[in-house]
Amino acid sequence: MTYLAKSPWIVHYDGSSCNGCDIEVLAALTPIYDVERFGIVNTGNPKHADIFLVTGSVNEKNREIVKNTYDQMPEPKVVVAIGICAATGGIFRECYNVMGGIDKVIPVDVYVPGCAARPESIIDGVVQALGILEAKRKAMNENAGAAAKPAGDAR
Amino acid sequence: MIPEPWAPVVNAVIYLLLAPVVGGLIAGIDRKVTARMQGRVGPPLLQPFYDVGKLFEKENLVVTTTQNFYVLSYLVFMAVSGALFFSGGDMLLVIFAFTLSHIFLVLGAYASYSPYSHVGAERELIQIIAYEPMIIMTAVGMYMVTTSFYVGTIVQSAIPIVLYLPGVFIGYLIVLTIKLRKSPFDLSTSHHAHQELVKGVTTDFAGPNLAKLEIAHWYEYVFLLGVVYLFFAWNPLLAIAAIIIAYFLEILIDNTTSRVKWQMTLRSAWLVAGTLGIINLGVLYYLRMVVVP
Repeated sequence: MTYLAKSPWIVHYDGSSCNGCDIEVLAALTPIYDVERFGIVNTGNPKHADIFLVTGSVNEKNREIVKNTYDQMPEPKVVVAIGICAATGGIFRECYNVMGGIDKVIPVDVYVPGCAARPESIIDGVVQALGILEAKRKAMNENAGAAAKPAGDAR
Repeated sequence: MIPEPWAPVVNAVIYLLLAPVVGGLIAGIDRKVTARMQGRVGPPLLQPFYDVGKLFEKENLVVTTTQNFYVLSYLVFMAVSGALFFSGGDMLLVIFAFTLSHIFLVLGAYASYSPYSHVGAERELIQIIAYEPMIIMTAVGMYMVTTSFYVGTIVQSAIPIVLYLPGVFIGYLIVLTIKLRKSPFDLSTSHHAHQELVKGVTTDFAGPNLAKLEIAHWYEYVFLLGVVYLFFAWNPLLAIAAIIIAYFLEILIDNTTSRVKWQMTLRSAWLVAGTLGIINLGVLYYLRMVVVP
């Protein structure tokens, strides 16, 4: 069963990005790149999503939102940090309100570097995330078989 | 050969088994054609099946467990209404079961606490109010032409129903846009990604529940296109052609119009039912009662 890799749905959140990376994320949906060829759909709903794309850094205002969005996604799920700000905080790293990269709040599986990240590298990052997603699904099923409880639930 | 009393049962079972396959393929063709209209390559033909397969692999995240019951009821009653239709049952009973299934969907959306889900549920109710008169008029029109509410009798009648009910047919095509969740009437939820109101009525359904919702939609597609078939039942080839043209028109309308407000949806659906539908039925009544008593 590898349906997961054939139909990854995405939810995109703009942290405190300058909008450069966001435009590149949306560029991946346009006719030139057309990621729907691979079954990738940009849902606006975390409850329907498998992959969480975050652009921009985490700050004191949006940390709750990033955490909440992540928590609302059903297992298995992966997080892709798009752009250097999402990876480390980038040039905003030293700002008084910026906490740093997305991994300060939620576990990140794939980092896509760049300022702004190119659509090609975003697609490449999502494809790498699919491998991790499949591994997480297997782990989830094994855990469910072993202990009869939902996997990936750290609480 | 199948003995006569068993034929409706066999038809119903064939529908229950094959409708999800046909419906899923229709959804796949829909996405492919939509992508081509937008200058894209589009997903594989079997993409809806991959989506549903994936949704069953996901965690069933629910806000309240009553959602599970409502979604299952939606699926079951949708399948039942289609099975009644394809087994040649009473059109009115089919419509009642069909409406009931949508009420379960609305209840499921109201069971969660999300305001987006609630707005989606309200809009779903408005859509039901908007299309229901026209659907009832379709059944009444078919009764006036064939003197039977039974689908089995209507489908075997040699009368070219669409020639007697052109207004009702056009009205039905317009409410079909609402029913297939196509723009400009995709108020409660849309198949297109990233619309307003998060995902409307489906916002709080995740994983297997969303998959059941999709399968119910596939059953719904086949049933709704089956009604289009009834209008052309005297000539099956023409009926198939009519279904293909009708669905293509729906995709075209979907891709060339933007969403309207709920007032406009209600007004246009009722206006169509009130003019095309009523005038068509009125003329038919006049001809039957006065001209040819």
